[in-house]
Amino acid sequence: MSILVDENTRLAVSGLTGREGTYHAMNNRRYGTNVVAGVTPGKGGQDVEGVPVFNTFREAVAATDANTAMIFVPPRFAADSILEAEDAGIATIIAITEGIPAHDELLVYNVLKSNPDVRLIGPNCPGILSPGKANVGIIPAAFFKPGNVGVVSRSGTLTYQMGNELAQSGFGNSSIVGIGGDPVPGSSFVDIIALFEADPETELIVMSGEIGGSAEEEAAAYIAEHVSKPVVGYIAGLTAPPGKTMGHAGAIVSGSSGGGQAKIDALEAVGVRVGRTPTQVAEIAMEILGG
Amino acid sequence: MDLLEYKGKHVLARYGVALFKGKEASTVDEAVAACDEIGYPVVVKAQVKIGGRGKAGGIKIAENADEAREYATNILGMDIRGHVVHELWLQEATDIDSEYYAAIVFDRSAKAPLVMLSTQGGMEIEQVAAEHPEALATLHVDPLVGFQAYQARRLCFEAGVEADVVRQVGDMIATLYEVFTKEEATLVEINPMVVTPARRVVALDAKVTLDDNSMFRHPDNAHLDDSTDADPQETMAKERGLTYVKLDGDIGIFGNGAGLVMSTLDVVAAAGGAPANFLDAGGGAKAEAIVASVEVILSNPNVKAVLFNVFGGITRCDEVARGLIEAYGILQPTVPFVVRLDGTNDVEARKLLADAALPNVFAEKTMDGAAARVVELAKS
Repeated sequence: MSILVDENTRLAVSGLTGREGTYHAMNNRRYGTNVVAGVTPGKGGQDVEGVPVFNTFREAVAATDANTAMIFVPPRFAADSILEAEDAGIATIIAITEGIPAHDELLVYNVLKSNPDVRLIGPNCPGILSPGKANVGIIPAAFFKPGNVGVVSRSGTLTYQMGNELAQSGFGNSSIVGIGGDPVPGSSFVDIIALFEADPETELIVMSGEIGGSAEEEAAAYIAEHVSKPVVGYIAGLTAPPGKTMGHAGAIVSGSSGGGQAKIDALEAVGVRVGRTPTQVAEIAMEILGG
Repeated sequence: MDLLEYKGKHVLARYGVALFKGKEASTVDEAVAACDEIGYPVVVKAQVKIGGRGKAGGIKIAENADEAREYATNILGMDIRGHVVHELWLQEATDIDSEYYAAIVFDRSAKAPLVMLSTQGGMEIEQVAAEHPEALATLHVDPLVGFQAYQARRLCFEAGVEADVVRQVGDMIATLYEVFTKEEATLVEINPMVVTPARRVVALDAKVTLDDNSMFRHPDNAHLDDSTDADPQETMAKERGLTYVKLDGDIGIFGNGAGLVMSTLDVVAAAGGAPANFLDAGGGAKAEAIVASVEVILSNPNVKAVLFNVFGGITRCDEVARGLIEAYGILQPTVPFVVRLDGTNDVEARKLLADAALPNVFAEKTMDGAAARVVELAKS
């Protein structure tokens, strides 16, 4: 098993005809992901290396039974594209686009909230990889192999760093989920940790957080009540100065909220072991799994 | 984008928010002329993006032109906790009956705007929440529905707003919400919102933060940006399309991906060093971006050593190595570099660097080892 994407994924890509969209969608297809459609208004009827392109998500779903969407369009069009995918009945929407306006994200989140059948991952995320099954997004799959560690992270490169150290020690992953670095992610740590808890293949959960917001504290509270599997944590940005946005739009310590130490304290208070460096995270994970 | 007080007030004025008469100035003569025009007494306020201006001596009341000249001379150029005053806001001074607090913040946790109103204005809201919780009313607004009149009434009555100004306060909050949504702000804060002896409700101060990502929809607001005025490296980085934050230390940092760069800063600090910057070259950085990055990092005179920490995903390590070799040729740095390249094409990258045999460039295998090495080099 794995979560969110697997051999049943039927992927429609918004922005397939763009340079980046084509490049990554074809990478995903080479990995084995079933890429069934592209959506680009005005380019319906064309194809990209054999993948049919449609004008709307509705047409794409009707013709191909797509159940997953990847959003690869520029920021100003991304919110609209997410809402279109939801309206067409897509169940899993993965938004890679970085730089979507905060108020657009607020609108999207609050519209999707009333639909229990849809899940948004991202925006501003690297996507989801279920090793050996499917890769949707930009995660470099070569570093990962199938296994029993579930990873959920606000950062892409940090995930690769940790995953690589685990892999070199012989451990693989059930799924790797990038929830993204924006202030209003479609899915939170809590949402993804709940899926890993229910996934029989996942035996250990790694959560990689960072400064800004309170998603890590909320995860700590959830873990205390609902999670039986071991969780290993990491928080980036401990030494970041307050009031400065550190690359990710959501990575900012504002006033008394969002600081890294408080997040570590919250996680450790509920028994989550928190690595102080990415290497330490891998070491703790291996120790727990008996590596 | 955080706006200076006066720029925030210009935005509020477009929506009809009640403000006192005022004018900005960037020289002493301009300031005195503005005060003469406004009529004494006048409040002379330092324009910096940091709180505690009054305590630092950045806010004075001038009774006449001589005082206006004296205060403007003293405050312009003043350093308020690392923020140098380049501009003043001159505003008519008036008597005040009551000081309230009103704010709309982008509540990330609730995924909704949070509106706050307090009858204890003039102090930090955290202090109000701790000391006078009964005087603070808050509510979330459903962004799909918008701010409703009953919500304004509820806030006013719960916070204990004086009965005769409930309507004015409610109207002002509704207008602030309009500013928040139409200008795509992430913060609109009025502290204090004052009631004058004539029972007028006026925004005495203003703090507005706009969402950088929405600027394409608000070209008119582009001129409000002065965030990079103060720092030459940040300006330079912005021009080159790099994500860069200047820090206080002496170790230059280059990395890819915000999370990994943040983590690199932490690991360097834990090894006893002090990073000079945050720099994220982004995914798939090509040689050109790497040359630009090195140029920005080295333009900070505090930098004594540089750490390259890259985990190649989309970014190819060989591309990073080529960029570094090219940058060395162009910039001929005199400070040592520690380079840790892992991930896509790392073997090729290490070979490229070994063949180039750049002076003063040291390769390390692990992130922790690289951090320790660069700290040692910066100290020697």
